[in-house]
Amino acid sequence: MNFLKSEKNREYLWQVLFTLSIIAFFTFILRNTQSALDKQGIASGFSFLSQEAGFEIGESIIDFFSDDTYQLALLSGFLNTVKVAFIGNILALALGFIVGVTSLSDNYLVAKLSKFYVESIRNIPLILQLFFWYSIFTEVFPSVRSALNPIGGVYLSNRGLYLVSFSDHWFFNILPLIGILSVVAFFFFKKRSIKSLERTGVARKIFLPTLLFFILVSFALWLVAGLPRELSWPTLAGFNFEGGVHLSPEFSSLLIGLVLYTSAFNAEIVRAGILSVDHGQWEAASSLGLNKNQTLSLIVIPQALRVAIPPLISQVLNLTKNSSLAVAIGYPDFVSVANTSLNITGQAVELVLLIMLVYLSISLSTSLVMNIYNRSVTLKER
Amino acid sequence: MNQVIEIKNLSKWFDDFQVLKDINLNVKKGEKIVICGPSGSGKSTLIRCVNRLEVHQEGSVRVNGIELTDNVEVIESTRKVVGMVFQHFNLFPHLTILENLTLAPMWAKKLNKNEALEIANKYLDIVQIADQAHKYPGQLSGGQKQRVAIARSLCLKPEIMLFDEPTSALDPEMVKEVLDVMTKLAEEGMTMICVTHEMGFAKQVADRMVFMDEGKIVEESSPEEFFNNPKSERTKKFLNQILH
Ligand SMILES: Nc1ncnc2c1ncn2[C@@H]1O[C@H](COP(=O)(O)OP(=O)(O)O)[C@@H](O)[C@H]1O
Ligand SMILES: [Mg+2]
Repeated sequence: MNFLKSEKNREYLWQVLFTLSIIAFFTFILRNTQSALDKQGIASGFSFLSQEAGFEIGESIIDFFSDDTYQLALLSGFLNTVKVAFIGNILALALGFIVGVTSLSDNYLVAKLSKFYVESIRNIPLILQLFFWYSIFTEVFPSVRSALNPIGGVYLSNRGLYLVSFSDHWFFNILPLIGILSVVAFFFFKKRSIKSLERTGVARKIFLPTLLFFILVSFALWLVAGLPRELSWPTLAGFNFEGGVHLSPEFSSLLIGLVLYTSAFNAEIVRAGILSVDHGQWEAASSLGLNKNQTLSLIVIPQALRVAIPPLISQVLNLTKNSSLAVAIGYPDFVSVANTSLNITGQAVELVLLIMLVYLSISLSTSLVMNIYNRSVTLKER
Repeated sequence: MNQVIEIKNLSKWFDDFQVLKDINLNVKKGEKIVICGPSGSGKSTLIRCVNRLEVHQEGSVRVNGIELTDNVEVIESTRKVVGMVFQHFNLFPHLTILENLTLAPMWAKKLNKNEALEIANKYLDIVQIADQAHKYPGQLSGGQKQRVAIARSLCLKPEIMLFDEPTSALDPEMVKEVLDVMTKLAEEGMTMICVTHEMGFAKQVADRMVFMDEGKIVEESSPEEFFNNPKSERTKKFLNQILH
């Protein structure tokens, strides 16, 4: 048997055997489930998606009522997942960055506090933290009528968080769009700067034109819109607030829990990244007369981030996946809505498949975007 | 009194271990000092005390008459007049060659971008590396990297240059291009302290040789005397080892 003597062939053989056994296993499970469902008279397939859902969803970005379809219910849950994951990741990265840098501060107290934060948060299970924050909202905060008002425009109560916001004018609604356009403009200016650097040896400014772009476009549209400047204040109306932005206790506690938990891991990654930068870089920078902050921001952090980005990507994905713990405190994320749908329809195979598909595509698209960014900052070596 | 560096009774410890033992050394403006000695004898530590990358415990170090203390302003302004070149180059790998050179003039000296670029291009020409200006350090050879590192220090227009074994991490064929740059710098009157074992360079450039062993200056003499007629046994032994 010469075939099995080759190391490579043996590896292939194992892989083929492994794949076959996995396929066999899933076929078995699928068959079993299907026959069980058939016995209960549940038709397989995705046709149930266009049936009336018949249940309410606590909060939704799109309009959703109980006589809408399962399709719309799942979309609403999906958008809720995206909402908490998107805002959560931005906050967790920012907080993790700050804590990671301060944990290496020369100030003993600051450094110790950062370490204490990281150690205590990392070592308590996330689900307990979620219960804790949720109980703060529901058990500790007062009713709407006696809502806490720590600073103007912010109201805390057992109905969640109410914040002052811009009024519902189209100008304020397109502001985020101008922000996205500015990001595009940023990359345009960056490209222009690199081109000019290569051609003439003089780099052109990047941040200033981007800022100007944002301000000018916003200002022009603001003029066109007729100088809207009304704010929408939360005001007590009956048993609830009206106006402003409302964050539900479920969303707020999920967001706080996910952000604090993930930021502790992000902080450790940033810290390790900074420590991974060769000591010679610090010495070279300070021997050139740069002060500590300049050395940190111009030399060390840019190099530390390169090391930190791959593990930060997996924390971004972790937060996204952990957002499915929402079900424990009743925030209607995708898993929670799918779960409710499953309980009503019994379409287990289809819904589990959908959950897998949704999380897989969120994960893949997140890592795609982050990997493109990672590649753009990787060091150029010969 | 035109001593630009005055080191008096300098002693330094790493925990219990005494690295520098009662060092006295003065350097005049324009003088070139070559320090040699066996590995671990404290050469690097000594020159790192001159720009306060290392903190000493006893004695004093004065640069241009100003004593180095914990005063951050004194340290930062001293570092702008004392350039340092490291054994492992320590270029900033995330910046282009040109950015490596303009960084300190812009941030430490607050020059504007065009002034910084002008200076950077001038020194890139001097070390003959202008054609690599837009590459990254990772794309250069060791000799090129070290020439960039020298140019980077020179962009701050320092009065004193410290070299810590600038050629010992290089492949043999690249040593000369770096030594040539250093020789040119010496000829232009730069005050230099070089830790190096390149004895050819030392003979050609040094005004004074300093031999260190076990944290002490064992011998300090002119190059002629040092190479032809060393006084101490340890110097003789060391010279025998590296010249043969
Ligand atoms: N940061 C440090 N901590 C502890 N010991 C050190 C440190 N730096 C250097 N040493 C020790 O001090 C001695 C002198 O080091 P160094 O000045 O680098 O010698 P040289 O440059 O002559 O080879 C060596 O024994 C070295 O191990
Ligand atoms: Mg050394």
